[in-house]
Amino acid sequence: MATVRDYVARIEETCGEDKSAVVTFKYDKKDEAIAKIRNKAQLKNSLSGIIFEFVFQDISFRVFSSGKVVFRGINKEGLHDILTALLL
Amino acid sequence: MKNFYENHNANVHRAVHTLSQEATDLHESARRTIARFINAKDESEIIFVRGTTEAVNLVAYAWGLHNLKKGDEVLLSLMEHHSNIVPWQIISKKNGFTIKYGKVNKDGTLDYMDFESKVSNKTKLVSLSHVSNVSGVINDVKRIGKFAHEHGALMFVDGAQSVPHMPVDVRDLNADFLAFSGHKMLGPTGIGALYGKKHLLETMEPFQGGGEMIKDVTFNPKTERVGIDWNDPPWKFEAGTPNICGSTALMEAIEYLENIGMSKILKYEKMLTEYAVKTMQSCCTKLVLYGTSDHSLKCGIMPFGIIGLSSHDVALFLDNYGIMIRSGFHCAQPLHQIFKLQSSARASFYIYNTREEIDRFAEVLKEIERF
Repeated sequence: MATVRDYVARIEETCGEDKSAVVTFKYDKKDEAIAKIRNKAQLKNSLSGIIFEFVFQDISFRVFSSGKVVFRGINKEGLHDILTALLL
Repeated sequence: MKNFYENHNANVHRAVHTLSQEATDLHESARRTIARFINAKDESEIIFVRGTTEAVNLVAYAWGLHNLKKGDEVLLSLMEHHSNIVPWQIISKKNGFTIKYGKVNKDGTLDYMDFESKVSNKTKLVSLSHVSNVSGVINDVKRIGKFAHEHGALMFVDGAQSVPHMPVDVRDLNADFLAFSGHKMLGPTGIGALYGKKHLLETMEPFQGGGEMIKDVTFNPKTERVGIDWNDPPWKFEAGTPNICGSTALMEAIEYLENIGMSKILKYEKMLTEYAVKTMQSCCTKLVLYGTSDHSLKCGIMPFGIIGLSSHDVALFLDNYGIMIRSGFHCAQPLHQIFKLQSSARASFYIYNTREEIDRFAEVLKEIERF
C-alpha cells in the first residue's frame, strides 16, 4: 500500500517562515506527485511552468517544478494530513 | 585533495614511515601558510578546527569556562551569527556571567556609541563579526578591539565573512582570537582555523582530550592514577586525527587567493555588488534591498526581498535557473528582528561571479515579479 513516504524525500522546517515547511519529493516520483496535486487541488496562479500556486481544503501552497512544495502556516499533523489527501 | 589521498594519505605526527612524514609536512605547511596569510606572528598560533563554529566553541570552553565567572561580562552584537551567540550562552549558564548585546542601527550598521558604552571593567571579552553574514556590513573591529583592550577585555573576531574577501592582518587588528572557515574561501567543508595569541593559548585548558594533545600519559602503579602532561599549542587543542586532506586543500585555496591578491578580490566584489544593486534596481519594481546603501561599508553580500513573495519562493524560483541563493534567517535571527523581517533572500558574490551572471540574475528576478 502506497504511503506519503513513497513520494517524499524529506520535509524541512523553513528557516524564518513561521510554521512553514518545504517538502521535497523523491526525484523519480516528483512528476507523479505533481500530477496528483494538479488533479486534486485548484490552480490559482502559475508562472513560466516553474511555480504554481494551488489551494486545497482552504490551504494555499506553492509547488515548484523542481519537485519542492512550500506550505505556510501549517503544523506537522496538518501537513501530514494534506499530503496524504493530495498524494494517496 | 585527489593528490593527497592517492599519494600522501597517512596520519600526522604518529609514525616514522614516508607517507606519515609527507602528510605531516603538508599539514604543517598548511599551518605556516595560514599564519602568513593572516600575518600571525608564529605558526603555533594557528589551530585547525572544523570551521568558525568550532573555533568559537573552542574559545568558549577552553578559555571562557575557566576564566569567566559571575559578575563578568561578555559583549556581543545583535548582528552576530548564532554560532557567536549560542556557545557563550551555554557557558554563561554554567558560570553565571552576563552577556550584553551591542545594538545595530536600522540600516544594519553597528551602533558604535551603544557598543562602546557597554564596555566596562567588568567586560572580559568582546566578540564581534568582522563582516555581517546577512548585510555584508564591515565592522571596524580594530577600533572596537582597541577600546576593549583599554578596558582590559580580550577581542575575538569572527572572520568567517572577512578572511575570504579582504586582506586581514591579525597583528594590525590586534585581535586576541580570530576564526574563519575554509569552505567560504574555495576550500573544502570541515576545515577552518582559529588564530590565538600565543601567550593566551599557552595558559588555556585543552578543548577535547585524546591523542596528539598530550605529551605524556603515565600510569603510577603506587597511586593507581594516570598523570597527564599537555602538549604545547597548537597541538594541545587538536585531539585525535586531524583533517589532513582538508588542511592541505585549504593551503592550496589560500595560495590561489594570494596569487590573485586579497585587495584585488575585495575591489572586484565591491564592483560586482554595486553593479548588482544598479542592475536590479533598474529592472525590478518590487525589489526591496535591506541594509545600508553605502557600499563603502560593505562586502559582496546583498540581502533583499521581492514584495508579495517569501524568500523561499524567490530562492526556489531562481534555483530552477541554476542560480543559487540563501533564504531564511541565515542563522542571524536577532538581526532580522531589527530589520522587522520574517526572512530575507541573500545574494552573495565571489571571485568566480561575473557581470553577465548578475544580468541573468536580474532578468530572472524581473520574471518572478510577474507572479
